[in-house]
Amino acid sequence: MNSFDFARRNFLQLLGSTASAAWLSANWPALVSAAEHAHQAAKSDHPALEVFTTDQAREVEALATCIIPSDATAGAREAGVVYFIDRALKTFFSEALPVYQKGLEAAQKTTADLFPGVSRFSAATEEQKQKIFAYLADESEGPQSGARRLAPGASPDFFQTLRVHTIFGFLVDPEGGGNRDFAGWKAIGRDPSHSFSPPFGFYDKDYPGWQPVSGETEKK
Amino acid sequence: MSRPMVTYKPSDEVDFVIIGSGAAGGVLAKELSTKGFRVVVLEQGEYLREKDFTHDETKIFVQSLLTNKVNTHPVTFRKSPDETARKQQAVLYGSCVGGSSVHFTANFWRFHEIDFKERSKTGDIPGANFADWPISYADLEPYYTKVEWEIGVSGLAGASPFDPPRSKPYPMPPLPVKGNGVVFERACRKLGYHPYPAPMAILSQPRAGRAACMNCGFCLGFGCEVGAKSTSLSSVIPMAEKTGRCEIRPNCYVHRIETDKKGRAIGAVYFDAQRNTLLQRAKAVILSANGAETPRLLLLSASNQFPAGLANSSGYVGKNLMPNSSALALAVFDEPLNDYKGPAVSRIMHDFYELDPKLGLYGGGGLDARFDFTPISFALNGLPADAPRWGAGFKQALAHNFARTLEIFCHGTSLPVESNSFSLDPDVKDAWGLPALRMTFRDHPNDLKMMEWMQARALEILEVAGAKSKWGLPVQEQQFAVHLLGTCRMGNDPKTSVINADHRTHDVKNLFLCDGSSLVTSGRGQPTMTIQALAYRAADCITALAKRGEISA
Repeated sequence: MNSFDFARRNFLQLLGSTASAAWLSANWPALVSAAEHAHQAAKSDHPALEVFTTDQAREVEALATCIIPSDATAGAREAGVVYFIDRALKTFFSEALPVYQKGLEAAQKTTADLFPGVSRFSAATEEQKQKIFAYLADESEGPQSGARRLAPGASPDFFQTLRVHTIFGFLVDPEGGGNRDFAGWKAIGRDPSHSFSPPFGFYDKDYPGWQPVSGETEKK
Repeated sequence: MSRPMVTYKPSDEVDFVIIGSGAAGGVLAKELSTKGFRVVVLEQGEYLREKDFTHDETKIFVQSLLTNKVNTHPVTFRKSPDETARKQQAVLYGSCVGGSSVHFTANFWRFHEIDFKERSKTGDIPGANFADWPISYADLEPYYTKVEWEIGVSGLAGASPFDPPRSKPYPMPPLPVKGNGVVFERACRKLGYHPYPAPMAILSQPRAGRAACMNCGFCLGFGCEVGAKSTSLSSVIPMAEKTGRCEIRPNCYVHRIETDKKGRAIGAVYFDAQRNTLLQRAKAVILSANGAETPRLLLLSASNQFPAGLANSSGYVGKNLMPNSSALALAVFDEPLNDYKGPAVSRIMHDFYELDPKLGLYGGGGLDARFDFTPISFALNGLPADAPRWGAGFKQALAHNFARTLEIFCHGTSLPVESNSFSLDPDVKDAWGLPALRMTFRDHPNDLKMMEWMQARALEILEVAGAKSKWGLPVQEQQFAVHLLGTCRMGNDPKTSVINADHRTHDVKNLFLCDGSSLVTSGRGQPTMTIQALAYRAADCITALAKRGEISA
């Protein structure tokens, strides 16, 4: 019971205080089978989409890639985040599906408003995507949230939901159906090995061992 | 792992039915069955084994594989009795064989002598319902030693000048130091403090057929796949089953303690996995369901004979909840710590265990250096508030900080406040139609003040340690409890306590309570070892009563 120790820090706080996290905790019965499903799908060389259309998946992947881009290391795309989200929406994240539907519409409208002539978010240039995504994020998180909304009616939770789901899909143990080939762990410097031996890092490699300080036993 | 070696019918009147298989229930099951008694343990959760454990965070944190499920067992929360509680995951506890010991971090501090007699030393604290224990540290010391040797605790005796007396060293050396421990230790010593190797309920060496820790780093929240974490599941429950007299029965939701016309407990009523209602008969009943569910079960067991709830003539059932206070400081260092490897904690410090009253603070606490983030929780909450939330900057911050971040966790006292409580929600029901658990809680102002003071010390340590950047998380009123302490407190006076020093309820002769609810004070933040020491002691007390014929008479 020490912790979170765990204590004491709320699991849900650790997971982010989003509505989706709270919702998740209330829907456990569907979840084990969902995770198994996602795991099996992720193991496939050609995972199939079950919720998103191909067009929707392309847009979600483009948006998730704005959260965790590909550069010298893998990003959301290489980690297979969109497949994690697709399977999650089929199962334990299914109540978040309307958030995605509205969110994708909002992304489309924002794209059209900001860059007339660009057919869809994924077709925008990288610079354009940054501007569009910044608007979506600001609508959710900015101090003026809602004040300059370009797409009235969009769910303010879309950015938050997508961000949490992208992080899950990028960094979950691959058993959970994301983080393909440990791409996410490698990108943040986490060795995917299952066991380790000391020294673990820079500061403990020359540690001489614990030594008592003389004359301190009477401190009490 | 072998199947249970004995099974009983619910109609069999066993010697003891124990509700809960966690830190206390597991110890009691082992002790009583070893002493020759026939025991049934009813566990609400599943019987998971090491092979069932996983590092998949969706299963652990989202699906609550090891912990209470709030869709079927909802919890409500309010800050004060004049508010209407609303649904909220305010409580987290283990729901599987082994209970919360399966997912805990495994910090295993003994309480100190002061924790048992602080009321006498300090006097009244305004706003607190403060009391001494009816037992002393000396009464419990032999049982602390038994926990260390039988459950399996790694540590270094004599390393802290603040440690209470002990009769025996630890059975195993400390776990390997980590980067967080090294920088913490060096900084603390520069400041004149006394850091030392953390006592942990994790095996540093193979022992009793169990493997040593392999430093996978998934302790907090996760079950140990190699059995190195010293849980009830890995230690005492196999011993209990091996006696051939103890049955561990999972998926049993106990919702009532049945009594006869004489006011004696006759057994525990539970729903099995198919929702059948069954009564397990027993000569005596022991509740070790944790500090939330034990009082709830007593309140659910109200009858004409016990209108305020079973064993509640004092009105103290569910009162005086103490979740321990806490605060957190984080820092980023220049070089990789790689603290995701190994158990969370390797060095602690108890210089603040008894704070100088001149500070204007009551109680005290301990500090540890740790890293208990998983990759996902780090991405969600491990970066400073001004870090980018998305894009290349976000990814770069994750890549740089993940291996270079450590935390200093400040653990401290919670003062008992009578209105802080668990009770039955009048409106919200669980999936079986029973009143939901309701938590009412607001920190005593001293506890928040002390945590602010403690966090300031943690930030000083990080400054001296050479942190590149550091920050504290805001100290706020708690709305979430994991340490479920004090809600059926022990005492000599039946008017102000629920159980006596033998863990027997004042009101029902053959009903015993032993878990976090028994504690009178909260210690300084790590209660599990004390709960287990109490369980070993309770088993001796109960056995002595049984042998004298004072339970069934």
